[in-house]
Amino acid sequence: MNALSVYVEGLGVWSSTLADIDALRARRAGAPPATPVERPPASRLSAGERRRASASVLLAVEVAGQAVAMSGRAADTLACVFASAYGDLAITDYLCATLARTPDELSPTRFHHSVHNAPAGYWTIATDCHAPSSAICAGHATAGAGLLEAATLACAGQQPVLLVCSDIAGHGPLGEVVACHHDFGGGLVLSPILGPGSRARLALTLARTSCTPSSPPIDCTSGMSDNPSAALLPLLESLLDATGHVTLAAARGLALHARVEPMA
Amino acid sequence: MTTPMPSLAVSACTATSALGHGLDTHRQALEQGRSGLRPNDISQAPLPCWIGRVDGVEDEPLPAALADWDCRNNRLAWLGLRQDGFLDRVHAARTRYGADRIALLLGTSTASIGATEEGYRRLDASGHLPDDLRRRAIHSPHSLTDFVAAALALEGPCLTVSTACSSSAKVFASAERMIRLGLVDAAVVGGVDTLCDSVLFGFGSLELISAEPCRPFDEARNGISIGEAAGFALLERADAAPQAPRLLGWGESSDAHHMSTPHPEGLGAELAIREALARAGLEPTQVDYINLHGTASHKNDTMEANLLARLFPTTTRASSTKGFTGHTLGAAGIIEAVIALLAIEGGLIPGNLGARAPDPACSASFAWHAAHQRVAVAMSNSFGFGGNNACLVFGQAQVSR
Repeated sequence: MNALSVYVEGLGVWSSTLADIDALRARRAGAPPATPVERPPASRLSAGERRRASASVLLAVEVAGQAVAMSGRAADTLACVFASAYGDLAITDYLCATLARTPDELSPTRFHHSVHNAPAGYWTIATDCHAPSSAICAGHATAGAGLLEAATLACAGQQPVLLVCSDIAGHGPLGEVVACHHDFGGGLVLSPILGPGSRARLALTLARTSCTPSSPPIDCTSGMSDNPSAALLPLLESLLDATGHVTLAAARGLALHARVEPMA
Repeated sequence: MTTPMPSLAVSACTATSALGHGLDTHRQALEQGRSGLRPNDISQAPLPCWIGRVDGVEDEPLPAALADWDCRNNRLAWLGLRQDGFLDRVHAARTRYGADRIALLLGTSTASIGATEEGYRRLDASGHLPDDLRRRAIHSPHSLTDFVAAALALEGPCLTVSTACSSSAKVFASAERMIRLGLVDAAVVGGVDTLCDSVLFGFGSLELISAEPCRPFDEARNGISIGEAAGFALLERADAAPQAPRLLGWGESSDAHHMSTPHPEGLGAELAIREALARAGLEPTQVDYINLHGTASHKNDTMEANLLARLFPTTTRASSTKGFTGHTLGAAGIIEAVIALLAIEGGLIPGNLGARAPDPACSASFAWHAAHQRVAVAMSNSFGFGGNNACLVFGQAQVSR
């Protein structure tokens, strides 16, 4: 199938033991795992917003902020795609538990935080961004579908695009069924044209296949394979090396091949 | 700088809402000014309000091969897919292009969270979801699209857009981009949302729900009525269906203002409208009808009435159809896109049902009652929580740009 070509200008990553891309680079070079931290700093949010924001918003804003900072782009004009397989599992657990007992006591703040586009909303408010923003999901293929959507938006609109893939751990009875046990977020800034900020070129092709997606490197992120957003991690690693070939699931029976090429 | 896009054919579409199953029931209700709203008979605890409920959803079990996805939201999707010969149209497209050359892009706000809510009401003695609901497929915001992909046997790019009330408008934009770049030859777009406690008590907690049938653009309006709906459309390159109505343009933007209230001057809404017109290569004077977002919330309707008066001449007619269907949230984009297409097809301007005394901000553009006139170009506005805006422009096949 047709190929899309984009240039990667920024990267972001966060898990409880990976504070940022430098930490990922260090871990790959053999550094010991960091002491787990509970919450990402999400410093792009104002203090008030940070207090109000849910765990899923903090995670998404953190990796978005990292990727945009590395790109040197102004966040306020950047179109963005926020991908998350599950949305905010903690808030869904709260909503369902409250509705089962005392529906009249539902918190209005938690309710409006329950929308899948809460991270996109908080991010665009925090960065005064009026560009298009989206919030998507595609089950186990969420990271690949998000990358495809973001690259399509970049190429069709001839504009740079921020992609965030993030999922938080599950809670309560829903968490048992979903079985996502760790928070993980990854972010990319993609541009359709070569520029001073280009770090690597990504050539993306779709292939109809029962693909075997590339697995996250176990030693960096033990137990992360149940987080659909962590499917972005092998790509982040290849981008650190500025070379490699990664396969992501883009849909049921559809693979997205990403070839990473260094800048000349 | 937004440049005009090649138009796409909307070669098939269908809608199922409180007005009934399929396009005919919608045409008739819009002609007759008949609302589908009824007193709330669906929430698990009493909540005095009116709802737009689809009849017969519970009686529509899924085919046995798809039983893993069984839940009320997917039953509504299945009911919706079987109207207006839509399944046959998709089947023909699949034969023509190949299953991997058709994208499936659906919008939903809450997908099948109703099934998760039910699970929490029926937790077993150890606090687990009951056995019959321990199905991962339905406890995911992708449940709807995953189900429809299986039901339609589509194998192309497949994703759910969930940006609250703009969800199933934005899927048209995603589809156009994928077709223009040659990733696919066609796309099934649409959306489904079902009534559930999350949205009824959630909007209730925000004090946004009216105790009576909603009254969009009425000076004394006091909140929304929530509805449910399923709608779908098939998009192809224009030369594949030369006589079909067209998707002429789309616009998307963010308010960057507030999570649950629109920008008071409609800054993001205006950006989306201007971008959609630029992409369609049209001036505001060329728009014959606008299906407004018009939720009957105080803030949206003031903002949108002012915006309409500022941007469009009074020859552009406009109405909200939320008084017919209720606010169908993540399905509102597709349902109102279909109503815009019905306006083009039948030369029908739907009336703004539910308003008794117009808000003073309303211009002479408002169609308070149904009217017949030629509609060459129709627009649909969808604005969601998080300040997420989308605007779509449709036109007759032969509209000149």
